[in-house]
Amino acid sequence: MSAPIRGTAHTLGDHIDTDAIIPATYLVSTDPMELGKYCMAGMDPDWVNHVKEGDIIVAGENFGCGSSREHAPLAILGAGVKVVIAKSFARIFYRNGFNMGLTLLEVGDAADEINAGDVLSVDPAAGTITNETTGKTIECMPVPPFMQEILNKGGLVGYVRDRLENRAG
Amino acid sequence: MRRTLTEKLLAAHAVSGEAKTGSIVQCRVDLALANDITAPLAVKSFRAMGATQVFDKNKVALVMDHFTPNRDIASAEQVRGVREFAREMGVVHYYEGGDCGVEHALLPELGLVGPGDVVVGADSHTCTYGALGAFATGMGSTDVAGAMVLGETWFKVPGAIRVTIKGELAPWVGAKDLILRLIGEIGVAGARYRALEFDGPVVDDLSVEGRMTMANMAIEAGGKVGLFAADDKTLEYCAAHNRPGAEKIAADEGAEYEREIIIDVTGMTPRVAVPHLPENVKGVEECKGTTIDQVVIGSCTNGRIEDLREAATVLGGRKVSKNVRAIILPATPKIWQQAMDEGLFSVFMDAGCVVGPPTCGPCLGGHMGILGKGERAIATTNRNFKGRMGHLESEVYLAGPAVAAASAVAGEIVHPDAL
Repeated sequence: MSAPIRGTAHTLGDHIDTDAIIPATYLVSTDPMELGKYCMAGMDPDWVNHVKEGDIIVAGENFGCGSSREHAPLAILGAGVKVVIAKSFARIFYRNGFNMGLTLLEVGDAADEINAGDVLSVDPAAGTITNETTGKTIECMPVPPFMQEILNKGGLVGYVRDRLENRAG
Repeated sequence: MRRTLTEKLLAAHAVSGEAKTGSIVQCRVDLALANDITAPLAVKSFRAMGATQVFDKNKVALVMDHFTPNRDIASAEQVRGVREFAREMGVVHYYEGGDCGVEHALLPELGLVGPGDVVVGADSHTCTYGALGAFATGMGSTDVAGAMVLGETWFKVPGAIRVTIKGELAPWVGAKDLILRLIGEIGVAGARYRALEFDGPVVDDLSVEGRMTMANMAIEAGGKVGLFAADDKTLEYCAAHNRPGAEKIAADEGAEYEREIIIDVTGMTPRVAVPHLPENVKGVEECKGTTIDQVVIGSCTNGRIEDLREAATVLGGRKVSKNVRAIILPATPKIWQQAMDEGLFSVFMDAGCVVGPPTCGPCLGGHMGILGKGERAIATTNRNFKGRMGHLESEVYLAGPAVAAASAVAGEIVHPDAL
């Protein structure tokens, strides 16, 4: 897994749904950069103008609820965000995030300890989030071993490619 | 070991791993599904995986139902790409024109899903097929692409919540009200990472279509699947829908559930979910005086023939309010034909409704019923997130077909008895 990721926190509330992350009207593209222009447009069309490359989303409960649209993690990645920290994630979004290479950390109520504008240093491998602004460190849930295997193959595309090659071999 | 229906279905498909709650298991899939929004990404991932063929040409379904008939050039191009992929791969179950319907109404009707199956779909409402006793769940495009290539995927076996529904249903109260009641009680994250297994006398009395309405919205409580035992009714449905030889399946007596919920529906009035979450559930009487601009009766939740019959019963001999656009979308060509043959369209047209082709369009703010700024709709669809049906400053209320039809007449949200 990757080296620590440093970025500024953008906080969001509970139940941020996939229509908020990327409204259906924009689902006529599969390009992350195009989708990224409309990231969070269903919540606030101006949101994306306040986000810069490397920023980190910190959300409440059930982040990504709703549709199975993989365009949601792609839009977040397209907006330059590589990490989402949340109290909890919706099931399909959680799986999609890892498949697309978006790092997701589920931290429960500890998310409340992070404020908008805090600078965070996230170490997904160690399962720690260091808040450089407040000096607090949050321990997060480890990535399940099976999902680590998928991440080690570079996501699900790499995992399936590997299986196909083994079959052929 | 006494097993939940969830464990039983996954165990029967396991190629590695043990199908017990909490463990990760690799399973064969009986069908992998995608639509015109999710298939383009699945095709992209499929190619990136280096695959050259699908695992089984008969076990992949591609249904172009969201932005179709194509709303613009971009959606036409997406569909064109999927159509070319389907031809190249020899996919048997590709649907686009006059044979196309809303996927989760269409596939059960065609007999492509049935009891005991494991189905994965790049659409969150794939859970609808749980009504037939199938383990069916929504995933992303890349996950479904993997299943299209390998014929397998992995699942974390979810813990199950048993929901027993008993009591007497009042007139105009149906399947939609039951599932809204549950979501109102447990919340939109109440079944997150869990399976919902429904039983009880009220569920036994429901039609298979009604069970589909309920299973459809399991995802609205965060559920992975919404399951019903396959009983005599299920087998009758299957026999009538191109699925002969289906077998009964149910949870073992005494299976262990994480949580048990008992709901008594005696005395319950029709339910309405108010903006902007499906958990904001109220009795219809609490919504009195809420004026509306649009009604949508259709979608994978409530676009089946019994839904249209219920709407027609309410609309018969009445007129839609001058201030309301009432849009009726039968979910499949077969339902469309049946509604026409039964004379339901005359009722709808006489009342002043618009009858459209099968499409998911308005449910997700795609096309054919978009809301403008400040407009309010009551719909038989499944989500009322902010901006779901159009403008960010519009509102969607969710209800069953009877309340939606009655509200079209009144111009405000009302109980059908109040007309």
